[in-house]
Amino acid sequence: MSREAILKKFEPSLDNILYILHELQDNNTQHYISKEDLKACAEYLNLPYSYVHGVATFYTMFSLKPRGQHIIRLCDSPPCHLMGSASLLDYLKKKLNIEIGETTTDSVFTLELSSCLGVCGVAPAMMINDEMFGNLTPEKVDAILEERRKSR
Amino acid sequence: MVPYRKRRLQEQKMIKATINNVDIEVAEGTTILEAAKKLHLNIPTLCHHPDLTPEGSCGICVVEVEGFPTLKRACMTLLEQGWKVYTNTARVRNARKEIVELIFSNHDTDCLTCIKNGKCELQDLAATLGIRTFEYPKADKKKEIDTSSVAIIRDPNKCILCGRCIQVCSKIQTVNALTLSQRGYDTVITTVFGEGMGNSVCVNCGQCTVYCPVGALYEKSQVEEVWEALNNPDKHVVVQEAPAIRATLGEEFDLEPGSLVAGKMHAALRRLKFDAVFDTNFTADLTIMEEGTEVVERIKAGKNLPVITSCSPGWIKFMETFYPHLMANVSTAKSPQQMFGPLSKTYYAELKGISKEKIVSVSIMPCTAKKFEAQRPEMKASGYQDVDFVLTTRELARMLREAGIDLKEMPDEPADDPLGEYTGAATIFGATGGVMEAALRSAYFLVTGRELENIDILPVRGMAGIKEAEVDVDGLKLKVAVAHGLGNARKLLDKVSDQLAKEGKSEYHFIEIMACPGGCVGGGGQPWGSDMARRARRGETLYEEDKSLPFRRSHENPSIKAIYEKYLGHPYSDKSHHLLHTHYYKRSPLDGKVLLEE
Repeated sequence: MSREAILKKFEPSLDNILYILHELQDNNTQHYISKEDLKACAEYLNLPYSYVHGVATFYTMFSLKPRGQHIIRLCDSPPCHLMGSASLLDYLKKKLNIEIGETTTDSVFTLELSSCLGVCGVAPAMMINDEMFGNLTPEKVDAILEERRKSR
Repeated sequence: MVPYRKRRLQEQKMIKATINNVDIEVAEGTTILEAAKKLHLNIPTLCHHPDLTPEGSCGICVVEVEGFPTLKRACMTLLEQGWKVYTNTARVRNARKEIVELIFSNHDTDCLTCIKNGKCELQDLAATLGIRTFEYPKADKKKEIDTSSVAIIRDPNKCILCGRCIQVCSKIQTVNALTLSQRGYDTVITTVFGEGMGNSVCVNCGQCTVYCPVGALYEKSQVEEVWEALNNPDKHVVVQEAPAIRATLGEEFDLEPGSLVAGKMHAALRRLKFDAVFDTNFTADLTIMEEGTEVVERIKAGKNLPVITSCSPGWIKFMETFYPHLMANVSTAKSPQQMFGPLSKTYYAELKGISKEKIVSVSIMPCTAKKFEAQRPEMKASGYQDVDFVLTTRELARMLREAGIDLKEMPDEPADDPLGEYTGAATIFGATGGVMEAALRSAYFLVTGRELENIDILPVRGMAGIKEAEVDVDGLKLKVAVAHGLGNARKLLDKVSDQLAKEGKSEYHFIEIMACPGGCVGGGGQPWGSDMARRARRGETLYEEDKSLPFRRSHENPSIKAIYEKYLGHPYSDKSHHLLHTHYYKRSPLDGKVLLEE
């Protein structure tokens, strides 16, 4: 969908800024909000560019940098921590050869941390895009990533 | 509890409470900080500023209120009936120290080499609270200093995230160049995409430097360049000082705010070894001749009304960025600084028989935007950059101190001829409404050939955000308006834009806009500590000088008559056009860059 068509779906009201930013980000094949997106949003809502930039950087679900096809969000809350998310993080970093916030060179995976995903019963947990995975172990992570890599 | 933003002081219902066991009765809606002040109790603050809405971002002003488990921020908590407040308990003192120590852990504490050394609110606070050790380890990562702007430097390593700069930039000036980015520990104050102030909509007004409590925002200094020129025997260095400097420079030398130091300033500059000490006030009078003539011509022709003043370079960039549709309304007359520049390298150079490339033209300005203005590529009417270096009031004070010159002890000396003589009309340029008043004094004469009798045009004076007046000029009711501070300008110009769009004309004939609250006396290059009350006091000083001068109308200035006779011909002549008038560019409202015409 074109940027203009996305904007037109919403009333030009400040209340809609988060919806608009989400749609613009989802619409981008690289899953990020581009400079042009921010400018278009600022102009459409008649808001200062700096204000829209402030909003987009405040919320961790938004990215101003291009991201991979699959976004891994590993839960960083205390229950997952107790259940071993820290060592899973190390495992993921090593396996993908990237740091938090970075994207693999083949642009398939981006590694991020998330606050509580609300599934503490199956800790440690992570999300890939919109899908949830619990009771993670390194072996399980291997299988999930392998399957994702194939499905690209 | 009532939140601060819902506070109402006008109802005047009185409430009783105690602070440190002392009874106090105050109007409902008074903050704990204000109430304590009435008892002569100073609660320390850091992010708080009298001109701004409290945001409570620093937490230094915490106090204990009996019956509440947590400490309360005195700056934004409204006192309530029956409260027992304690401002000096062990818990409160420890909390304050802890906060300052935490700020230190994330702040470059290289005070000795900091521009704010001795004038820093954080330094004062550390002294007040008796902090003697750094309790927390330092954050290791150095952040990059933003030097992208020609006017303002931003050092994020000094920033304490109080948010004052953002509030003045977005609420008072409505420019919105600065913003908070990221969250939590990663929070920074920055421009969009961190591209730097020089690549943003920043209009260089410098109000952020005035409101910053620490050394995170300050002018890009040209002091070293000026020292070098002064020490170069091949150069002929001339200096001009803006109208507002004479009402503020004294503050840097422990004189009372509002002390008039015009004569001392000229003497001090001579002792710095400038080859000629002139005065921007002379070209302020010249601006009135050119701009006044333009106003009269345009009113006669009914063309591009209202005329809007062009003296304030912060306002000019603001107009180019946010109000380009009013470009034709803005006077083409250059600002007094930029009229002085080319004249120093043409008229004066020729009179003196000095070649222009030998002349270094320095200006002392209350303003950071003047640095940007001097470096605009079109400002080369003399064939060279017309104004070479611009120093703020603060930079001049630093030079004088370094040279061991105590302004207080200087004799009163006049400026040099032929670019130094000035009238009262010129000196009031430094206060909001001053340009308007000066223009009206001369416009009346230009239209009627008679002198305006009552030249004190009081409705355009003072600190009201938008002022209006009507002046009868031979039957023509001239409607004028004055706005200072870009937020006020925006209000006025939205109204004007609306009138122009709907009716094809505006109710106003002539509008004065100054970017900074209070006009140039409140400029971004003025001594630290400019709150609104001090700006008002400085402005009054200029009106007092106006009253004391032999000539109070620009067209009466003998040196102005002489320059038209000997050099320029008449106002609006071809020569004037070449040297004293300019043009503007449309800029992007996203990054402030000049947009190329389609």
